[in-house]
Amino acid sequence: MNGAARGAVRFEGVAKRFTRAERDVEAIGGFDLDVPAGSFTAIVGPSGCGKTTLIDLLAGYELPTSGRVLVDGVSVTGPGVDRLVVFQETRLFPWMTVLDNVTFGPLARGEQAASAKQEARDLLRSFGLDGVALRYPRQLSGGMQRRAELARALINAPTVMLLDEPFRGLDAMTRQSMQKYLLDLYARSPRTYVFVTSELEEAIYLADRVVLLTGRPASVRTIIDVDLERPRLPAITTTARFLEITGRALEITHEEGRRAFARR
Amino acid sequence: MKLRPTLRGIAGVAGFLLAWQLAVTFHLPLLAKVPTPLEVLSAFGSALAKPAYYGDWLSSLRRVFIGFAFAQLIGIPLGLLMGWRQRFHDLVFPVIEVLRPIPPLAWVPLAIVFWPTPESSIAFVIFLGAFFVAVINTISGVRAIDEDYVRAARSLGAGPATVFRRIILPGALPSIFVGMSVGMGITWSVLVAAEIVAGKDGLGHFTWEAYVAGAFPTIIVGMISMGVAGFASSALTRAFGVRAMPWLRRA
Repeated sequence: MNGAARGAVRFEGVAKRFTRAERDVEAIGGFDLDVPAGSFTAIVGPSGCGKTTLIDLLAGYELPTSGRVLVDGVSVTGPGVDRLVVFQETRLFPWMTVLDNVTFGPLARGEQAASAKQEARDLLRSFGLDGVALRYPRQLSGGMQRRAELARALINAPTVMLLDEPFRGLDAMTRQSMQKYLLDLYARSPRTYVFVTSELEEAIYLADRVVLLTGRPASVRTIIDVDLERPRLPAITTTARFLEITGRALEITHEEGRRAFARR
Repeated sequence: MKLRPTLRGIAGVAGFLLAWQLAVTFHLPLLAKVPTPLEVLSAFGSALAKPAYYGDWLSSLRRVFIGFAFAQLIGIPLGLLMGWRQRFHDLVFPVIEVLRPIPPLAWVPLAIVFWPTPESSIAFVIFLGAFFVAVINTISGVRAIDEDYVRAARSLGAGPATVFRRIILPGALPSIFVGMSVGMGITWSVLVAAEIVAGKDGLGHFTWEAYVAGAFPTIIVGMISMGVAGFASSALTRAFGVRAMPWLRRA
């Protein structure tokens, strides 16, 4: 549990409908989930099943059609700095330097420029990004961009970090080092991580709990507790326990995939 | 500037001049009355000797600058607001869309009647030439901004003013500069016609006067002057854009 008292997330009978191209689409239906404070929870489902919608609801970008999303018992009604998102691909502001990206949050909330800058410099140093503080995002490698985006969020000390397939589009090696990086971050500072991915093995490698979704409308199919010890190293993915958990999860997703296929 | 492309450019201009000279020398059809590059050069020399020629340059540049500047000063904020606030867009867009297709030159008679001086009516017509392009490009620049940037900013605690200043404005800038360089081109083509109708000086007027006087080489001096002026102002706009948007530069 990492001892964190804040950042407990709760979905209560959440449903979300959209109108897309004149058709009514139910992205999420009857969604119930408890994410304990300070836990690392991964949400896994096929692409297009409504995973991003879950992130949008939790971030407050969208409101549920019915049901409630609660953080520490308080209903989410809009975006807030306690819940920060690391987006697919990366949404660093391209027109700002890395430093200006990282100080954006503190400055937007009225912090003094000098202290915000100092804090950002310190954080960037610990992220190994002090050498590129004055560069623009597109001048950085994919891995550096992801780290910078993590820094932009973490400087605001959010209680919940929302990661929406954050490592998509990275090559396999960079992805692996980013996973390691994220594990280290999680070990160092206790907060709730909600990590959305379509990669089952990535989810099991990183998370305490893996939430497997059904096809559309998405609801919770199964929750798998991952009892692998921390700190986790890449070699853990070859242990018998890891393979056993993966095998069990694969069976369930396979069945879910077959059902979804039969429905079409 | 790279040496090789520059040399190629010079070679292209030289080749064009040579072809022009040869075409006139060999009396190609339709080109019989066209003066040779050398005649134009000597007319250019005598134009340079007259202070009036510089006055024409200044007048044209001043009109373009005033009309263009007002077009940006009004067009960009209007476009930003229209792109950002759908209700404002709904209100204003129909008017813009009806006025936009009217060629700026069709405004000339009305402009002459309404504006107190010929000078202000010329500036107004030039303004129109760049204005609508500025508005439309700014709107599409704002619309093209990925919603996730706005969301990220709001999550980080930014209010509407901060979102506007630090996300919407810089995000729309590339498209705004496209509008500026297109508008700059339109500005010059509008200027000439406006000066012919209403001007007492300027490069358009210079060219027209040469035509009336039957001084063919001088007509071409006027034309080339406008070409150079248009080229220079477009290059200036682009250079301004590169400076204003350092994040688009290659590392």
